[in-house]
Amino acid sequence: MKRVYAKEEWCLGCHLCEYQCAFANSGLKNMVYALKGKKINPRIQVEGDNKISLAVQCRHCDEPLCVYGCISGALSKDENGTVVIDTEKCVGCFTCILSCPYGAIMPSDDHKAVQKCQLCLNNSVGEPACVKGCPNRALVYEEIPD
Amino acid sequence: MVRDYLYPEYEVVRDRDKCIACRVCERQCANEVHRYDEELEKMTADSSKCVNCHRCVCLCPTHALKIVKSDHTFKVNANWTNEAISDVIRQAGTGATLLASMGNPQEYPVYWDKMLINASQVTNPSIDPLREPMETRTYLGKKPHKIERDKKGDIVPNTPPRIELSTPIMFSAMSYGSISYNAHASLARAAQELGILYNTGEGGLHKDFYKYGPNTIVQVASGRFGVYEDYLNAGAAIEIKMGQGAKPGIGGHLPGAKIVGDISRTRMIPEGTDAISPAPHHDIYSIEDLRQLVFSLKEACDYKKPVIVKIAAVHNVAAIASGIARSGADIIAIDGYRGGTGAAPKRIRDNVGIPIELALASVDQRLRDEGIRGDVSVVVGGSIRNSADIVKAIALGADAVYIATSALLALGCHLCRSCQAGKCNWGIATQVPELVRRLNPDDGAERLVNLVNAWTHEIKEMMGGMGINSIEALRGNRLMLRGIGLNEKELEILGIKHAGE
Amino acid sequence: MLYKEGENGNRIPSGCAISGIFSKSGKRINGEDIIKSISVMHDRSNGLGGGFAGYGIYPEYKRQYAFHVFYDSNDAKEVCERYLDRHFDVINLSKIPITRIPEIKDEPLIWRYFVDPLPTKLAASQLDEKEYVVRCVNKINTQLDGCYVFSCGKNMGVFKAVGYPEDVGRFYRLNEYEGYCWTAHGRYPTNTPGWWGGAHPFAMLDYSIVHNGEISSYDANRRFIEMYGYKCSLLTDTEVITYITDYLLRKQGLTLEEMASVVAAPFWSTIEHMEEPKRSRLLYLRNTFASLLITGPFSILLGFTGGMMALNDRLKLRSMVVGEKSDMVYIASEECAIRVVQPDLDKIWAPRGGEPVIVKLNEEAMGGIM
Repeated sequence: MKRVYAKEEWCLGCHLCEYQCAFANSGLKNMVYALKGKKINPRIQVEGDNKISLAVQCRHCDEPLCVYGCISGALSKDENGTVVIDTEKCVGCFTCILSCPYGAIMPSDDHKAVQKCQLCLNNSVGEPACVKGCPNRALVYEEIPD
Repeated sequence: MVRDYLYPEYEVVRDRDKCIACRVCERQCANEVHRYDEELEKMTADSSKCVNCHRCVCLCPTHALKIVKSDHTFKVNANWTNEAISDVIRQAGTGATLLASMGNPQEYPVYWDKMLINASQVTNPSIDPLREPMETRTYLGKKPHKIERDKKGDIVPNTPPRIELSTPIMFSAMSYGSISYNAHASLARAAQELGILYNTGEGGLHKDFYKYGPNTIVQVASGRFGVYEDYLNAGAAIEIKMGQGAKPGIGGHLPGAKIVGDISRTRMIPEGTDAISPAPHHDIYSIEDLRQLVFSLKEACDYKKPVIVKIAAVHNVAAIASGIARSGADIIAIDGYRGGTGAAPKRIRDNVGIPIELALASVDQRLRDEGIRGDVSVVVGGSIRNSADIVKAIALGADAVYIATSALLALGCHLCRSCQAGKCNWGIATQVPELVRRLNPDDGAERLVNLVNAWTHEIKEMMGGMGINSIEALRGNRLMLRGIGLNEKELEILGIKHAGE
Repeated sequence: MLYKEGENGNRIPSGCAISGIFSKSGKRINGEDIIKSISVMHDRSNGLGGGFAGYGIYPEYKRQYAFHVFYDSNDAKEVCERYLDRHFDVINLSKIPITRIPEIKDEPLIWRYFVDPLPTKLAASQLDEKEYVVRCVNKINTQLDGCYVFSCGKNMGVFKAVGYPEDVGRFYRLNEYEGYCWTAHGRYPTNTPGWWGGAHPFAMLDYSIVHNGEISSYDANRRFIEMYGYKCSLLTDTEVITYITDYLLRKQGLTLEEMASVVAAPFWSTIEHMEEPKRSRLLYLRNTFASLLITGPFSILLGFTGGMMALNDRLKLRSMVVGEKSDMVYIASEECAIRVVQPDLDKIWAPRGGEPVIVKLNEEAMGGIM
């Protein structure tokens, strides 16, 4: 499947992807309205420092521990292999957060459910906003054969 | 000292309504202009450190930043301009030569902008490049003087070595050291994809780039850095650099701080030593010495590579070119006074040399007057800014052009003219690993390819308009140009008529 | 204002009609036919120039250079004749016979000389004979005021004037000449008061060119060819094409086909797909003589001793058709100009752009004219 891949060699640690992610999932049309004065809670996180950095988000694992561990059936893999979340079903037990080896699932702003990267397929952007907004092609959205 | 304080020339203006304090500007500015004030919970900026490179402007996700020219001024004086006064104050404080970079930014005439291109109307047809073949392929090198035939009467292929270009554009010399590894990688990859050549400059050739040899010009300059047999044989041509448009008459100096790791290895000098290229080649004090170097290099590559001699456009450029054409060189490259540099003394950059347009016109005519135009190709550089400049250069008589500043702009440069500081925020004129990383060659090469392809399309459109379907029919075709707002002498030197004539 | 050709550095573009008739067996054709042919293309000229070249028309003086000269005055004639006497042995001289007709006005003095170069002068010049003649002619044309040699080949002659070509033909009484080859030109210039020397054909030694079109490569070609001792003083396409022809054929020794592949070179992409050794040869020729590529529309008829070549630009931006009837070959801008002299053709076709059509006398006939 097409996934977002991070290229550590080109990551500048500028954190723009985090802001693009937060904006894309805000549902708002203007980044200033969406993010000004707020602490962002992005589904992608830049790890590392000025020397080496890397953006991490959901890997959409072939063996998704989060889906296996979900007690309410809120997490599932769709027909494309994307791990998706049904927030209506999520009860906020956070089992998935504990089981994800990448730390790619986190509580939503209101802490009532979890949130995770769904490749922007569920929002108005339609393609991963982090990839589009990366200034150095350190994030790519492509299918890499095993 | 307090009395040396100069108000910043440019100011950072932040739209507070738009700023979301994401701190990208802070992270991306190697000059440490931006800072997040934890107490105020606001971004602040120190304009005095700003070089106006626009890295923060481009990366700000809400476009909350702009850089404006300060309206702070000395008492207005047409003679003692702000710049003139500031320079004096600066030098009084330091006692030092003023350093600058990139091309001469002063208000001299730009002759490209005073020439207009012809088009066909009625008496002959224009040609649509979308429907008809339109040829930009260019060969550089000597032309045979005389047809020779073998006993059967077949023509003997006596063409001297030459360069083939898909379009008459090459990337001119920028050394590894003055620009980054990733900038070189971008240029090399783009040259390969485009079917043109890039130039190593005087920094040697990194081992990773030998594979781009057929698209590489290797340079031999006065410091001879990185020159050895394999290097000379690695490229498609060898260039002897006698001078550079930005700083005719002086050499180069790459500070020891930049001679680290691969740069030291590629230049073949110890880490931390200053790389000083002498002003002249110390084995060339006259034209006959040049001839010896030309032939030494030809020997070294078994007469298989054309030799380019690059000179800065100076007052008696036509006579110098004539001498070079008779020295055995295959190609003359002329660099105009607007040509760029990674670092040059400001006074030299701004006051030495002549415009490339005039140099080209007089060189081409001189070589024709002497009947030796076929002995050399002429390549010009020194501020080719767009495809129209190229069309005009070729119509004046150039075989091809060298571009460098335009290429750097394609790679992200915003012409802040601070290369000498080594803290290029765009990852070009720097060796700081975190900054070099900012130029991803995947992106860089693609943008260079885009630029050259776009220009080539435009060249074809203009050629088609003139009813010309091959670049060689444009070469030296000065009737296709008319001057505008030029005096008699300028027209005479350019060898063109005035508009309306 | 209007300028004479080459005056004030002004280039004068013009559209045109061309026609040629050739007998491969060397049959002598009366000048009447070529007049008839060019006259049907009346609308392609505007009365500001017409002319003819005939080959094999002076069998009695076939070893001498036949100079046709325009003089503005008797003084000019005296100056020129003194020059000729110093450099040539003048075997015969006469006025060129004309018929005064109302359509042709303001004619200059028109004289003809059959000359041999003076052997002592020739030897002293260290030039070959042809080059010697060319230099002398250039000297007269550029340095002797009011004198213009417009034809200087052997056993051939150019006849030209300001007027429609059919009138020019009658004026020169071409029905009194016979030759194995004729070419004709009707001119449509766009800025000239009409100077007789500016009419076409343009000739140099036995090469004569008639050309229809306006080449876009003009200044590139001019500035290159001027490196080799030519001086383009008329600033017309035909002049520069003639010099290119002379340079490539006489000085570089190219064949006609090779010359065609220089001036109307195939596209690089076409050359790439050719078989060896043709590919290498064309690559070599195109690259070596890059500045002699002619772009823009042209159709030319090149006349020379014993042959004629027709060539279109490589995009075929000008009309040109070729007709054949037994040993006769007809080439013209329009088919009607062929049909009017030979309605019953064996074959008629339009050559492709850049593809030369070369016709030559057969061996027996060739022996007869030399």
